Amino acid sequence: MLELIVISTLNGVLFGMLLFLMASGLTVIFSMLGVLNFAHASFYMLGAFFGYQISRWVGFWPALLIAPILAGAIGAAVERYGLRRVHRNGHVAELLFTFGLAFAIEEIVQIIWGKSPLDFRVPDILDFPAFTVFSTNYPAYKMFMLLVSVAIFVGLLLVLKRTRIGLIVQAALTHPHMVGHLGHNVGRVFMLVFGVGTALAAVAGVIAGPALVTQSNMAGLLGPILFVVVVVGGLGSLPGAFIASLLIGLLQTFAVSMNGSLSEIFGPLSPAWASTWVSDIWNVTVAQIAPIMPYLLLVLILIFRPMGLLGTRET
Amino acid sequence: MSDIVSRVAPPPPSTGDKAKFYGLWIAAAVLLIVLPKIFTSQASFTTFSLIGISIIFALSYNILLGQTGMLSFGHAVYYGLGGFLAIHAINIIGAHKWAIPLPVVPLIGGITGLVFAMLLGWVSTQRSGTAFAMISLGVAELVASSALILRTFFGGEGGVSANRTKLFRLFDWSFGPQIQIYYLVAAWTLICMIAMYALTRTPWGRMCNAVRDNPERVQFVGYDPHVVRYIAFCFAGFFAGIAGALAAINFEIANSAYLGAVQSGTVLFSTYIGGVGFFIGPVVGAIFVTLLSLGLSDLTSVWQLYFGLFFILVVAFAPGGITGLLMMHRPLIRGGTLGKVIPSYLVAIVPTLALLIGLMLGIECIVHHTMNATEDPNIKAFGIPFNAASPLTWGIAAILIVGGGFVARMTWKRVAVAWDDALTAARAKEMA
Repeated sequence: MLELIVISTLNGVLFGMLLFLMASGLTVIFSMLGVLNFAHASFYMLGAFFGYQISRWVGFWPALLIAPILAGAIGAAVERYGLRRVHRNGHVAELLFTFGLAFAIEEIVQIIWGKSPLDFRVPDILDFPAFTVFSTNYPAYKMFMLLVSVAIFVGLLLVLKRTRIGLIVQAALTHPHMVGHLGHNVGRVFMLVFGVGTALAAVAGVIAGPALVTQSNMAGLLGPILFVVVVVGGLGSLPGAFIASLLIGLLQTFAVSMNGSLSEIFGPLSPAWASTWVSDIWNVTVAQIAPIMPYLLLVLILIFRPMGLLGTRET
Repeated sequence: MSDIVSRVAPPPPSTGDKAKFYGLWIAAAVLLIVLPKIFTSQASFTTFSLIGISIIFALSYNILLGQTGMLSFGHAVYYGLGGFLAIHAINIIGAHKWAIPLPVVPLIGGITGLVFAMLLGWVSTQRSGTAFAMISLGVAELVASSALILRTFFGGEGGVSANRTKLFRLFDWSFGPQIQIYYLVAAWTLICMIAMYALTRTPWGRMCNAVRDNPERVQFVGYDPHVVRYIAFCFAGFFAGIAGALAAINFEIANSAYLGAVQSGTVLFSTYIGGVGFFIGPVVGAIFVTLLSLGLSDLTSVWQLYFGLFFILVVAFAPGGITGLLMMHRPLIRGGTLGKVIPSYLVAIVPTLALLIGLMLGIECIVHHTMNATEDPNIKAFGIPFNAASPLTWGIAAILIVGGGFVARMTWKRVAVAWDDALTAARAKEMA
């Protein structure tokens, strides 16, 4: 039991930090541009595929640097030549633009790399068990993932709190118009933020690629969870996104490792109606409902705290 | 008193306007009846049925997006649940031999959609805008994932099937042949279209538009935007349920794909491409997208990519959709200055076509290169054979894209100038 708790906590924190790598970019972009980037998870996917391709050519370590830069450049170009144009048609058009983009990116990835999972391997240097907790070997690569995401988290925090750019970004989180009035080149800041945000998502993609499955549906699988994180944390709140990321990471990891079901708990009662059409609910295990946990959390949050955990803005 | 009324209220429509209005609906009904007499193949009946279902679904979606300004990413939930309940209803009615004929079954789907919209809508519609969009996405994922867990009801991956011909028969219609299904769909399409159009003319329909444009002002007037949105959500769920039930009857099966993100995305595409600003927009979009998805898949293997790119183009360049583009010309036609823009259109269309052909050629070549590079390079896309491996083709594609793009930019600037001239002239004429 203790083993399960330790391993699940580690995995959960890891998944949560990965989520936060993406959610942080998404939140900052949303706060500044007012548009929720539907294609954010697609940049995560692009990161993984670029990482795979570049690591085959020049190795994993250069890929870890080049792939996010490439994805970030594409992101910046999307902002400069796409979103800025659509901006005058309103927020719905912007959201739909990114929606169409997500669709197109998935198609393009399928054309180039196909639909089946890629053989994106953990680099040899990290392919060993880091430590053993009660008979379970914990892979070093996962520790590396955790390290990278924590390092980026700390770096992001320092940039936001200690530099001028961070100051502008922070100001724009709450008062985007005022920042423009103060004479900052809002256009360039937007482009930069979009580029960095998508690059962060791509970093998550590169480091998650070898550990999870690199496949053309990975954006579609992760995207909705990412939006749940942002809504649960409160739209536009970075600390909220952090808490929600960890919460959902832990929730999902713990749920996957549990086997309990209603029939196990109340098994001895075994009422007659348990074998009728409710048998699905009666017999389903916690592990099986793990995929819907984030969405259940979303609905609960919406009922009890509609603006999200730490959200202040109405929309 | 009557003086004020006559000044504020719009004048009652003239007999001519009324005749035009009712004439349009009667024409639509006649068209629906006559269509299968013109196109007599089985395949066209199926296509028409799919279009009819898609029209109802897209119009129901437009109650949310176009009328009330709510962007939903999960409208297929109500469509799918309507479909599932309809299938179960057909099975239960058939097993018990109840005297309920098939044409009533879509109503069961509609009520299902309504009930679930009432349940899920209250929390979803608390906020509009981006938050609503994300919530609709989350709820859709919740329902779609649950559908795979609750296997008894949703039938797992395989879905649930039924036999539509085993029901109580009215006028000896068995609903076996596709033509009978077509008439069933056509009748429901007409009823739903009339009902949804009538809804937009009610005071509540007008409040929806007000909520879309300025929810704060609506609150000042004394309405609760949340309640207005909630009612809109319920109506949208109701009509989506009808569409889903019709789809289930058409295919005689309901599976989890009905509830999924692809279905939600398709209805969003149809509605937006058709145009959300006008009632007729989603109808045009539904016809267009259904025909496109049926036709394009025969022409090229990557039709979904074209579809996505086309959607991006519409969002970026024609936010009003197809109907929006057409309706833009109405003031020019009224002012009689349409002739001024047509020459510049004709000039612009040549480089634009060159650009598009270049892009298609490029995409097809790249697709061939990456997906089946070892196969015969002489491929056929859009019915035109060409060699995808020769440098000549790549060169032509590059020239068409760069050259066409450059010239197209210039010509479209001219179109904009000509357009402004024509509009000014039309306005001046109207004033005079």
